[in-house]
Amino acid sequence: MSTNGTNPLLKVDNLESYYGPIMAIRGVSLEVNQGQIVTVLGANGAGKTTLLKTISGVMDPEKGTVSLSGSAIQGSSPDSIVNQGMVHVPEGREIFPILSVEDNLKMGAYTRTNRAEVASDLKLVYEYFPILEERRSQEAGTLSGGQQQMLAIGRGLMAKPRIMLLDEPSLGLSPLLIKEIFTIIRRLNREQNVTMMLVEQNAKVALDVAHYGYVLELGRIVMSGEAGKLQQSKDVQEFYLGVQQETQRGQRRWKQRKTWR
Amino acid sequence: MDILQLIVSGLANGCVYGLIALGFVLIYKATEAVNFAQGDFMMLGAFITLGFTNTDYIGLPFWISVILAIGLMGILGYLLDLVVLRRMFGQSQVAMVILTIALGFVIRFIAGAIWGHEPQALESPIAGVDVRFGGLVLGMDEVVIIVVTVILTILLYLFFIRTKLGVAMQAASQNQLAAYYMGIPVKRIHSLIWALAGIVAAIAGILFASKGTIDPTAGLLGIKAFAAAVIGGFGSLPGALLGGLVVGLIEPFAARYLPAGYSQIAPYLLLVVMLIVRPHGILSQIQTKKV
Repeated sequence: MSTNGTNPLLKVDNLESYYGPIMAIRGVSLEVNQGQIVTVLGANGAGKTTLLKTISGVMDPEKGTVSLSGSAIQGSSPDSIVNQGMVHVPEGREIFPILSVEDNLKMGAYTRTNRAEVASDLKLVYEYFPILEERRSQEAGTLSGGQQQMLAIGRGLMAKPRIMLLDEPSLGLSPLLIKEIFTIIRRLNREQNVTMMLVEQNAKVALDVAHYGYVLELGRIVMSGEAGKLQQSKDVQEFYLGVQQETQRGQRRWKQRKTWR
Repeated sequence: MDILQLIVSGLANGCVYGLIALGFVLIYKATEAVNFAQGDFMMLGAFITLGFTNTDYIGLPFWISVILAIGLMGILGYLLDLVVLRRMFGQSQVAMVILTIALGFVIRFIAGAIWGHEPQALESPIAGVDVRFGGLVLGMDEVVIIVVTVILTILLYLFFIRTKLGVAMQAASQNQLAAYYMGIPVKRIHSLIWALAGIVAAIAGILFASKGTIDPTAGLLGIKAFAAAVIGGFGSLPGALLGGLVVGLIEPFAARYLPAGYSQIAPYLLLVVMLIVRPHGILSQIQTKKV
């Protein structure tokens, strides 16, 4: 990533992690600057979720470093990482189904002790997601998929993070809801200055909202660049945006090779 | 009047079953493991109180012994999780089952080695005293058991609904992974749940010992409490209490109105019927995940 003199908020260096004998992350390095939305694109099994889990401390890396504003956090427990200002909004919402919506949100602030601040953040979350305020006393498991995703993001916000790791917020949502969620993600980034690291399969929406992007394949970063440039890239268009390339003969080539292999 | 007395004594027994069942469910919900030593926890709690208060042993005042026993059982539960069970994290359920069964044996023999294998009576101020309501004669022990259980239930309810730690315990049991993501210290919460189960077991033990004698095999009562937990709906705290009451009530009535021997079978017969008719129990919390 371009170095603009300041230190990145999140810096991942040569990270490797394993599931037993299987190497899922094969030496990933990336940077997220303060105030940015950085997206990591990749297909199923590319290692996107594993990467986020390793960064947020749910999994421990075998090698490599993760540093949050300069201090190394790899191998720390998730509660200490949440305390240092990084929160992970997991894939598939993972809400607390039998707790009320409000209790779910309050659990997001578990590591915080200042009650007044927590209460004002709760108000803030309700401003961004008015539907959650309407359903505050309802059991979270009875919410629709989109509302549960909003709850998961809101719960993450309650930790008052400096950086938020979002794992596939578009999973299983209708195009309209995806648009709504991503509008809110962009607003949170602009208005609340929350830095975001966004992992997505839906490359189109992710590149629309992001400033910078990485492409992850089989545990390696194979490509990176400004989001606009990635959108223009032939390979990303072909393999992630589904644009069909015309060949000289005017037919689609089925055995296209990626240039990074 | 006869029936009323049967009901009261059944309820009193049921409260003890219910409290042990509560211990089962607390630990099961939080850690997805069944603690088959829960009955032996109860027995140990009773013996610790007996050891402190009986004049043959230390002879402390009853209430001080009760507080000491509850505290000690809480600490024991916490340390047991911290030192032994946390190392089993990620092992199969079967390993946990066998470990807790073995733990039960260990507790039983330790209790036997310290306090002997003969049945002993706890010198409790509520044992052997009668209370009269009009023509109705009730044992003080039975009334106290019911009252204490009601109070404990209300306290536990408030704890789980109102306090941050209690809600976090619920959260960790509903979705352990998400609790982990939110920075809730799941492992410490597990230890605290074991402590809570130890405390509840100690109270159950003291109540149980107040209405009769105890010996180191008293913990086998845990099997009946396990049946009660399943009948009530394994995984539901009110269900555990309700299951305990149902089992407690069915016993004296079966003893009174059915041929000899049926009162021992009745709880398990009910268990079999429940598993066929309503396998999730009376109060079940089954939640399917939406994608």
